[in-house]
Amino acid sequence: MKAFAYVSAPDVATAVRAIATEPRAKFIGGGTNLVDLMREDIERPDTVVDISGIALTGVEELAGGGVRIGAMVRNSHLAAHPLIRSRYPVLAQAILAGASGQLRNMATVGGNILQRTRCPYFYDRAAACNKREPGSGCDAFGGFTRNHAVLGGSESCIAAHPSDMCVALAALDAVVEVESVRGVRRIPLVEFHRLPGATPHVETDIAADELITAVELPALPVATTSRYRKVRDRASYAFALVSVAAALEVQHGTVATVRLALGGVGAKPWRAHEAERLLLGAAPTEESFRRAAAAELAPAVAQPHNAFKIELAERTIVATLAQLLAAGGAA
Amino acid sequence: MTQVENRPRTGTSGPVVGRPIDRVDGVAKTTGAARYSAEYPYADIAHAALVHANVTRARITAVDTAAASAVRGVLAVITHLNAPPMKPARPVNLVNLSTLASGSSVNYLNTDEVHWNGQPVAVVVAETLDAAEEAAALVAVSYEELPATVDFGAQEPHATPQKSTAISSGGATKGDAEAALAAAPVSVDLRFTTPGHHHNALEPHATTAAWDGDRLVVHEGAQNVAWVRDQLAWKFDVPPAGIRVIAPYVGGAFGGKTMIWPGTILTVLAARVTGRPVRMMLTREGVYRAVGGRTPSTQRVALGADADGSMTALIHTSVTQIGRVGGGPEQVTSQSRHLYDAENILVQQNQVTLDALSNTAMRAPGESIGTFALEAAVDELAYELGIDPIELRMRNEPARNPIDGKRFAHRALREAYARGAELFGWSDRTPQPGSMRDGRWLVGMGVASAYHPSWQFQANVTVRLAADGTVLVRCGFHEMGMGGATAQAQIAADALGVPFESVRVEYGDTTLPTGPGAGGSGQTASVAASVVAACEKVQRTVLALATGSKDSPLRGQRLADLRARDGGLYRTDDTRGESYAAILGRAGRVSVDAAVGSDTRLGGIVGQMRFLSKFLLDNRRWVKAASGAQFCEVRVDPDTGEVRVSRWLGVFDVGTVINAKTASSQLRGGIVMGLGMALGEETLVDPRTGRIMNANLSDYHVPVHADVPPIEVHYLDEPDPTMPLGLIGVGEVGITGVAAAVANAVHHATGRRVRDLPITLDKLL
Ligand SMILES: Cc1cc2nc3c(=O)[nH]c(=O)nc-3n(C[C@H](O)[C@H](O)[C@H](O)COP(=O)(O)OP(=O)(O)OC[C@H]3O[C@@H](n4cnc5c(N)ncnc54)[C@H](O)[C@@H]3O)c2cc1C
Repeated sequence: MKAFAYVSAPDVATAVRAIATEPRAKFIGGGTNLVDLMREDIERPDTVVDISGIALTGVEELAGGGVRIGAMVRNSHLAAHPLIRSRYPVLAQAILAGASGQLRNMATVGGNILQRTRCPYFYDRAAACNKREPGSGCDAFGGFTRNHAVLGGSESCIAAHPSDMCVALAALDAVVEVESVRGVRRIPLVEFHRLPGATPHVETDIAADELITAVELPALPVATTSRYRKVRDRASYAFALVSVAAALEVQHGTVATVRLALGGVGAKPWRAHEAERLLLGAAPTEESFRRAAAAELAPAVAQPHNAFKIELAERTIVATLAQLLAAGGAA
Repeated sequence: MTQVENRPRTGTSGPVVGRPIDRVDGVAKTTGAARYSAEYPYADIAHAALVHANVTRARITAVDTAAASAVRGVLAVITHLNAPPMKPARPVNLVNLSTLASGSSVNYLNTDEVHWNGQPVAVVVAETLDAAEEAAALVAVSYEELPATVDFGAQEPHATPQKSTAISSGGATKGDAEAALAAAPVSVDLRFTTPGHHHNALEPHATTAAWDGDRLVVHEGAQNVAWVRDQLAWKFDVPPAGIRVIAPYVGGAFGGKTMIWPGTILTVLAARVTGRPVRMMLTREGVYRAVGGRTPSTQRVALGADADGSMTALIHTSVTQIGRVGGGPEQVTSQSRHLYDAENILVQQNQVTLDALSNTAMRAPGESIGTFALEAAVDELAYELGIDPIELRMRNEPARNPIDGKRFAHRALREAYARGAELFGWSDRTPQPGSMRDGRWLVGMGVASAYHPSWQFQANVTVRLAADGTVLVRCGFHEMGMGGATAQAQIAADALGVPFESVRVEYGDTTLPTGPGAGGSGQTASVAASVVAACEKVQRTVLALATGSKDSPLRGQRLADLRARDGGLYRTDDTRGESYAAILGRAGRVSVDAAVGSDTRLGGIVGQMRFLSKFLLDNRRWVKAASGAQFCEVRVDPDTGEVRVSRWLGVFDVGTVINAKTASSQLRGGIVMGLGMALGEETLVDPRTGRIMNANLSDYHVPVHADVPPIEVHYLDEPDPTMPLGLIGVGEVGITGVAAAVANAVHHATGRRVRDLPITLDKLL
């Protein structure tokens, strides 16, 4: 690992000032992703600004029923919080499905949102990667693509976004608050991450000097009947091949409210807008679940090793919605 | 100086062989007091890191070390341009088995040639590990790439038959198996594939090396300290007697620490060049790049049977890979010579050669993947015949070794299946695939046979009985976590009739009498044979001392009429006898010593030859093996194809069980590793570049706790009459048959046959 300068920021103002003045600086939260990438020589910051001591650690109820989550809240803490467990079970389940207990104890909300892809060609400096070195090519094409995206990829990059938490946040209409020396901005999570297009190295909508300070969840009554289903290559401690975050409310025999997002299949946390559109007002039957799932996956582009994800995603969507229905999605 | 000071903590009385005694090193390990190879303190230690080639076949055209050398704290950047010469890899010569141990034929850093993707091309030495790693990342190597052959699948059609040698047989036939197969009323003819696997021991390969003139001390987590010594003596052209290799604790090895890999050699080189003690622990990625793994395989198993299930034909052929720079055949078809009483048998192993690092031993090399194919095929035949898979096995259980009619030293597979079926509840199984459910889950039950030949090697041992009744056993064997020191202390305690607590065992050090390597599941039996013989010599000397005195109640007795118990020798006709302390005290002796084997150069060679000829003779007479019946229950999610193993039970025939606690732990470990093989493990070699793309524990999926169900281990506990104390090694048999039992259970749950490991969920959609 390259030698670097270390700055500890006690508060937001110091943090954003430090990052604005230091060239090639990076924030560090829990460090569970950044330190790995530094050790692999993928990230080479000159300065690391430690934000883990900033008191953005609250999980607070907002007027109107939403919840505001400080960016430095640790993943374990968030998953265990009564407000999250009772109002947004999908989020608690998504976090607990990720990484391991030790990692979740360290990982922060801000860091989780900004964690980078697990594409092996991104991680291997011997391989070509447009994300790591713009314009160098992409060795994932024609290589091992089991953990790659089938939705939202481009000719220059098919890396999947690895976060579980973000899939739940996408389903819940979360809003990310960021701050820099220029001021505060609010970005809906579904717009926060960018699709790769021709510029896969530009992964999000925020600038290098912007600090994530909070995530807000709107009041969402349907979320009390929500669920996160993660399908992976072993029982625990593996990234998603496919995951589904879903919330469902049925009234008078039709779908009154639905939230659906997918992980493991998208170049970013994938909100399933098309499926939601088809489901809304439809009868809550396996048939309509299947039709919605198929429509969402219709634009999928597969590689030799990840073609199975299309069917797997469809089946997992159907199964998850069916379970929500059985668990009381019907009113 | 002894390296190992562990003593058992609990008081015991009476015989201890067979008792599940706590391991003697348990406290040291759980408290962190146990010192592993990278944990030896040296005041002025320096740290080393490797630079691995990222091309497969090439010539190095330039190395730019300027940036690396400029990193603060860097002591040396050693490349082929400035490395002092070492001797080329030692040629193999069967009189000295340590010549087998060179990991590859590459003369690291004395050549500009690159032979595999990951070959070390430089080593950086620095004051700190961080500086060494940073500098290693800054070494810029330019290559002229050469055409390379790296794709196992593409090479398979060009495989050539393995030639048989004195120690490894490439093929065998009985009758005309192809004709019998064609004529069989019921048959299966199947192709199986298994991927490459890599070593992931908890302790990555680590070396600490310190030179003093031409003398060298090496701390090295090794499965054979004597081989490390001999190989280093050769490479650095110094006398073996000046090299001491110390390895009292090895954090798992499983075959991966048998050969001498480049990390070891280059750490010793780095210490030579810098004049400092140097430590290097391979990174997890480094283990994938610079240590061999298990070969991938393709296998054909074809079985023919009469309608009643009697096998008329058994064909098992395989293709595996070796590296152009080393590696060897895997005995993939070995178990197929022994398990079924087929009238006609054909086994043949074939090989391809790739530009890859040498393949190497990994737990039950050969049988672990070979039993997958054979035992899955037997299950398929059972379904073709409509016969219960256990019943089919029982109908084909041989009385003599099927391939050549030799006698079995011991065989109890029938009993293992009978016991297992009862304990597991096999009769609750409804044979129709997909017929058993638990809520949404599809439930399946599968069985397979475990089989691993039993080996024995030469072990030099000394035993000292002191006048105070304590016993010291010394033998340079290896403790990689299996409980070897505990078992040998139990054996010596009973052999001499002293309490377990008064026996101390020294091991893992080349200053001790040369022990066997830890391999082939042969260490415990090998050392036990010598310990028992040495203890008998001690008793003879003691008896001679006693009978020399007219006051001794043992006067006129023969050893055969005495029993060693309660710290002395006692007559069996009455209760008279004497304690060792009394006999030695009267004779004015501080101790009585006995040695088995010899550590002189000539003595070593003679001993090895004598041992080998006895071993070969023995093998001409008997077929010896550990075996067992593996029972597996799985649950499969019908929507997603996820497989969860929900129950495991194994009944093993491993002869006398010295310590059921440590033995069960070994067998469970093997089963867990087998679950990895069945469901997750797969080394991904990019066929375009020959580069391993999942060289880490995040992408290479070993089982996690949540993947492992409770595992029940049972023993038949019948001594093998041809083995020392009747014991058979347990290190490898546990993994055999596991993948097949899982595959068979998955078929029972889903109706799907997956013949291509690992059984990932996409194969079940
Ligand atoms: C072995 C392993 C397994 C894993 N498995 C899973 C899994 O199954 N599912 C899953 O979802 N995740 C998994 N993860 C990833 C894990 O969730 C992330 O590493 C973690 O969430 C990152 O949080 P952190 O606080 O440690 O981030 P850091 O490593 O500190 O930072 C990550 C990035 O975010 C930036 N950053 C951090 N905080 C802020 C902020 N407030 N504002 C602006 N920028 C910021 C940093 O500069 C850096 O670029 C796994 C990780 C490991 C190591």
